[in-house]
Amino acid sequence: MNLTLHVWRQAGPNSKGKFARYDAREISPDASFLEMLDIVNERLIERGEEPFAFDSDCREGICGSCGVMINGTAHGPLKATATCQLHMRHFNDGDTIWIEPWRSAGFPIVRDLVVDRGAFDRIIQAGGYVSVRTGSAPEANIIPVPKDVQETAMDAAACIGCGACVAQCPNGAAHLFTSAKISHLALLPQGQPERYERATRMVEVMEEKFGSCTNYGECEAVCPKAISIDFIALMNRDFIKAKFKGRKTARPA
Amino acid sequence: MELKSKVPDGPLPKKWEKAKFDYKLVNPNNKRKFDIIVVGAGLAGASAAASLGELGYNVECFVFHDSPRRAHSIAAQGGINAAKNYQNDGDSVWRLFYDTIKGGDYRSREANVYRLAELSVNIIDQCVAQGVPFAREYAGHLENRSFGGVQVSRTFYARGQTGQQLLLGAYQALERQANRGSVRIHPRTEMLDLVVVDGQARGIITRDLISGTIESHAADAVVLGTGGYANVYYLSTNAKQSNATAIWRAYRKGALFGNPCYTQIHPTCIPQTGDYQSKLTLMSESLRNDGRIWVPKKPGDNRPPHQIPDDERDYFLERKYPGFGNLVPRDVASRNAKEVCDEGKGVGANGRGVYLDFRDSIGRLGRKTIEERYGNLFEMYHDITAENPFEAPMRIYPAPHYTMGGLWVDYNLMSNIEGLYVIGEANFSDHGANRLGASALMQGLADGYFILPYSIGDYLATKLGQKPAVDESAFGDAEREVRGRVERLLATSGTRTVDSFHKELGTITWNHCGMARSREGLSAAIERIRTLRDDYWSNVRVGGGGEELNQSLEKAGRVADYFELAELMCLDALDREESAGGHFRVEHQTAEGEAKRNDDDFTYVAAWQFRGDDEAPVLQKEPLEFESVKLTQRSYK
Repeated sequence: MNLTLHVWRQAGPNSKGKFARYDAREISPDASFLEMLDIVNERLIERGEEPFAFDSDCREGICGSCGVMINGTAHGPLKATATCQLHMRHFNDGDTIWIEPWRSAGFPIVRDLVVDRGAFDRIIQAGGYVSVRTGSAPEANIIPVPKDVQETAMDAAACIGCGACVAQCPNGAAHLFTSAKISHLALLPQGQPERYERATRMVEVMEEKFGSCTNYGECEAVCPKAISIDFIALMNRDFIKAKFKGRKTARPA
Repeated sequence: MELKSKVPDGPLPKKWEKAKFDYKLVNPNNKRKFDIIVVGAGLAGASAAASLGELGYNVECFVFHDSPRRAHSIAAQGGINAAKNYQNDGDSVWRLFYDTIKGGDYRSREANVYRLAELSVNIIDQCVAQGVPFAREYAGHLENRSFGGVQVSRTFYARGQTGQQLLLGAYQALERQANRGSVRIHPRTEMLDLVVVDGQARGIITRDLISGTIESHAADAVVLGTGGYANVYYLSTNAKQSNATAIWRAYRKGALFGNPCYTQIHPTCIPQTGDYQSKLTLMSESLRNDGRIWVPKKPGDNRPPHQIPDDERDYFLERKYPGFGNLVPRDVASRNAKEVCDEGKGVGANGRGVYLDFRDSIGRLGRKTIEERYGNLFEMYHDITAENPFEAPMRIYPAPHYTMGGLWVDYNLMSNIEGLYVIGEANFSDHGANRLGASALMQGLADGYFILPYSIGDYLATKLGQKPAVDESAFGDAEREVRGRVERLLATSGTRTVDSFHKELGTITWNHCGMARSREGLSAAIERIRTLRDDYWSNVRVGGGGEELNQSLEKAGRVADYFELAELMCLDALDREESAGGHFRVEHQTAEGEAKRNDDDFTYVAAWQFRGDDEAPVLQKEPLEFESVKLTQRSYK
């Protein structure tokens, strides 16, 4: 296949960026989207031009490193598919493809298609864990977890932290990402003791770094793991409940 | 040089307890006075850094990814073994130990493997407490499945995403420590050299991948949890960025490299389709529980699979190994797949593939059950190949996946360089010549959560206040060396890209140091690798500058190291005149074509010592002593 690419080039976070046009010739329809970018970059290096930078690692859709806006859609046209798992057979010969980095104030551009998603780590640091000391865990089977609860927790835990939800959201909100972790832990018995404090702390950091949710639902539509916005409802409920739970009452003397 | 394994005395089941008691302790108030560098934050690195930070040490954790959550442990699909015996099927610590020793073809250290089996149960407890959503039965208890090379069900799993969930558990524990201030995480920072002062590991040199700044970091101890080196083959199941630079730089600074030729070729990967391909994708070994592997009996039979009647199919693993069937260990399954393809029975466009067929299990269990068990794997296969495994059998072929070899460590996970610890896949320790499925996650977490946090104290206890300053000459020298190398790569104004060299190196290594190795092939490979390496240093084109994000430069340094590593792998493979596990020398096979060990001459760990660029490395041997198991010819019939 032969394609025309318009790729966002930007030298650094404070530089002015622009689209650059490249031809991608003789691409196999069995190549993945990132392999297509590899081929274009290889040819740029051979010609002595500067290749464009993009993040990728596992190329199996699980590490969450990769992700670009493809014709305005995070991870491109295929549902529940990360950029690395998108194959060129889903495009047509002669197509023009516009490729941009994640667009959000929460993810400053590092270079070209690479962005800084450090804010996600900060949200997890605020409470996205169960505080259990190494070596202090009880026997694993001592607390049964109903299968359906575990399955729902796993649905939430499947988040790969790629940032597509933020990139697609008109508000640049990180509610789907944050709620996925909050829900994963809130659903399991192990997550109960810190449940409301966790929700409060994580939501606070999330709001510092990202926009507000106004229920567009575009995050769910582009999520490579098809994580449901129902989890946002669960997060909001826990966040509100935490306001009441957190009230200090007088202790008995 | 005498290699001391430092395995404690006493009966096997008491060794770890004794070691823990004998270890010197660091006073809780003194722990914060020690700085520990942890490089890598996969299962081993993240669990170690989190546990060390929790104990009170000052931890500096370096990762080349943008976040520790991206480490390649995340891609492990199938599961993690533990001797819980929840299935009441006769499992025990001893059986897990025995299976692992046997699976490794009797080329691992008994005491290490026993400890691993012992700790396996604690890992599951720890992970469940962290909220890892392992699969459960309807009554809420933990579910298990079986994996290759064993006859019990001891594998815990979280759909096909076990590595992801375990890594996120460790990552969250790490971020919790980062929040407490006990661990500082340095993302997008790559280790480019180890600093050794007076024979002790005292720090590292790093490059900030965004700004290109090269920096020195001093510490009281250095821990490498930087993973394996299967990307030496170019096409492997490893992530694109997984690399050997950290361990290779340590090797060049004097750390011994153990068993470099022990590499694992995983039997169930999606076959290669074109030369543009950037990596191979693994399909979890768990698929072999319900999928049957076959090829047409007649070479060159290119009828579509559903038109080939049962009596014209060769279910070759079931035929040759009725006891284990499709669940033979990985090395055996891979070698047999290669064999039938060599006979011309391979399927797919290039004839390098065998069928993995779910027709019978869908018939027996129903589509819903199969979907529940393997749904995400089927989808992944469909995404990549545009074929639906519910309708046509999968095509699979072996691919490089894991490296059992790595830096040599003693029982305490310390290399021969004092103060340098190596954990997880980066070390050589527990899997011998072949790793059993679902054991890599187990080893990474055992090392990080439960071994290193104890054993490192024994070293640090006597080293209070000895941390060097970064202005010592050893740091300056190492920094200069690193800068010189970066500049040399950038200054080489050749015509070929880094990737084109890497692909060629990969092809040589795969053809001659892959699934089958021969004296002639290995000797020729060494020559070709040397020639290609010389060409690389005069003809590579990197482009861009050193003081910016330059992904081509990152790759260039890693590939430069792969040339040297590939040569050492071939050298080790040539030197080991026997077949063992994943190391199959065509000159050494039984009448039935199975790997034939030579226990009299080769029951040792081959630990290679770097002597300089112009000198051959020296082979040091650690004899392997077996007190508790009897060495037998592995049989899975």
